[in-house]
Amino acid sequence: MHFTINGERREADVDIRTTLLDLCREHLGLTGSKKGCDHGQCGACTMLVDGRRINSCLSLAVMHQDDEIVTIEGLGSPEKLHPLQEAFVRHDGYQCGYCTPGQICSAVGMLDEAKKGWPSYVSDSLGEVTLGDEEISERMSGNLCRCAAYPNIVDAIREVTGDAPAERRADAKDAAMRAEVGA
Amino acid sequence: MRTFTYAKADSTQAATREVQAAGAKFIAGGTNLLDLMKLQVETPEKLVDISRLPLNEVEDTDEGGLRIGALVPNSDLAADQRVRDRYEVLSRALLAGASGQLRNKASTGGNLLQRTRCYYFYDTAMPCNKRSPGSGCSAIGGYNRIMAVLGTSEKCIATHPSDMAVAMRALGATILTQKADGDRRRIFIDEFYRLPGDTPQIETMLEPAELVTGVELPPVPEGARQLYRKVRDRASYAFALVSVAGVVAVEEGKISYARLAFGGLGPMPWRNPGVEEVLVGEAPSDALFHRTADVLLADAKGQGSNDFKIPLARRTLVASLRELTQA
Repeated sequence: MHFTINGERREADVDIRTTLLDLCREHLGLTGSKKGCDHGQCGACTMLVDGRRINSCLSLAVMHQDDEIVTIEGLGSPEKLHPLQEAFVRHDGYQCGYCTPGQICSAVGMLDEAKKGWPSYVSDSLGEVTLGDEEISERMSGNLCRCAAYPNIVDAIREVTGDAPAERRADAKDAAMRAEVGA
Repeated sequence: MRTFTYAKADSTQAATREVQAAGAKFIAGGTNLLDLMKLQVETPEKLVDISRLPLNEVEDTDEGGLRIGALVPNSDLAADQRVRDRYEVLSRALLAGASGQLRNKASTGGNLLQRTRCYYFYDTAMPCNKRSPGSGCSAIGGYNRIMAVLGTSEKCIATHPSDMAVAMRALGATILTQKADGDRRRIFIDEFYRLPGDTPQIETMLEPAELVTGVELPPVPEGARQLYRKVRDRASYAFALVSVAGVVAVEEGKISYARLAFGGLGPMPWRNPGVEEVLVGEAPSDALFHRTADVLLADAKGQGSNDFKIPLARRTLVASLRELTQA
């Protein structure tokens, strides 16, 4: 089987049952994407396929042979973080970090959907989209975080959308933390 | 997961031919089927991949409706401008279901055919007539909080899980299919699903190897208001305990058109034309709305843990009708 993953052409000879997630983790050394529930309920395995976010655990590798697949490794590197990765660090958008690659890939896909004007369940009208806290929470509800870093995940995403209130909240949190440690 | 052989179909004809092999199944988005295969609830011997077939367009029909290809993903359908403008109930129902990632993959045809989320259907260690005909129903007398209160049988009390299909039933959709011999069928959604009766494993009128190729929506009557109201245990990403899809028009103070469908209550997206007959020709009022609930729930039967669904359905229906008819 042939795949294009993070811009590279890759080959693998795998069992027909192999999911896209297992292909990346077990056969191509791309262990950034995580296996949480393996049933499409937690979102830890979220990848971008042709720019769309999907649960890679619920998709057979064999069905993705001509697709452009992007995992967390393809978004940024330790030297050059993706803006969302930077924002997650800045806003403490995690504790254990296990759900983070999925959260970030999902957020990339989600922001693209919002840019295209896709409505969500909480959108008042089915017209224009403004990404407030409620919209982001609804649109990210397919990504669970057992550490419950949700408010900080929302703040990180709001920072990347250029939302000034989120910036202020980050500064306020920094100040509160500094005050707590007496700095 | 049990192993299987795999064939990628390059035409609908080839797909229906390939799927005639013993134990073969179609796969499109795979979000439901692969989940079930991992648990060995489904053990197909062959998968026929239909995901690259050219069935992913949404087109206007000559009658002023829409024709939706079976492979149109749920997210694309919800965001389609014509659906948002003309079929708000469908857009809202789709957006009420699953998550962004799942909607990006799940297809229109697959959504119609998705399987119940009954705990016992999923648990291969327990009897289930739907999964293993004749083995018994563990939900009757078991944990049955999410189960059906209408249309159940002694053999099965599972619900149909779809939000989308509930909206499509309220819209009077027609399912388009192609059979293995090349014949095409148009099946009205009111005739598409089957009650469990003694054969809960048979859920639709589809014949073996028959492929859903699309769905047609008729135009909605002018001036009709649309609504999808979903009640669930979480604010997002949960199946309906009760849902109402409604298309209702009011003219000169009287209800002139009503079509309602319900999720979470029955083994199929539920509709009872008697409910609509109570409404049409009458002036909207709470007393009238309670009379419609009386008709809807006349034969409702709780199983203990799901008794709450009966009053919940009444209140959700009354609230929906208020919203649909308020001046």
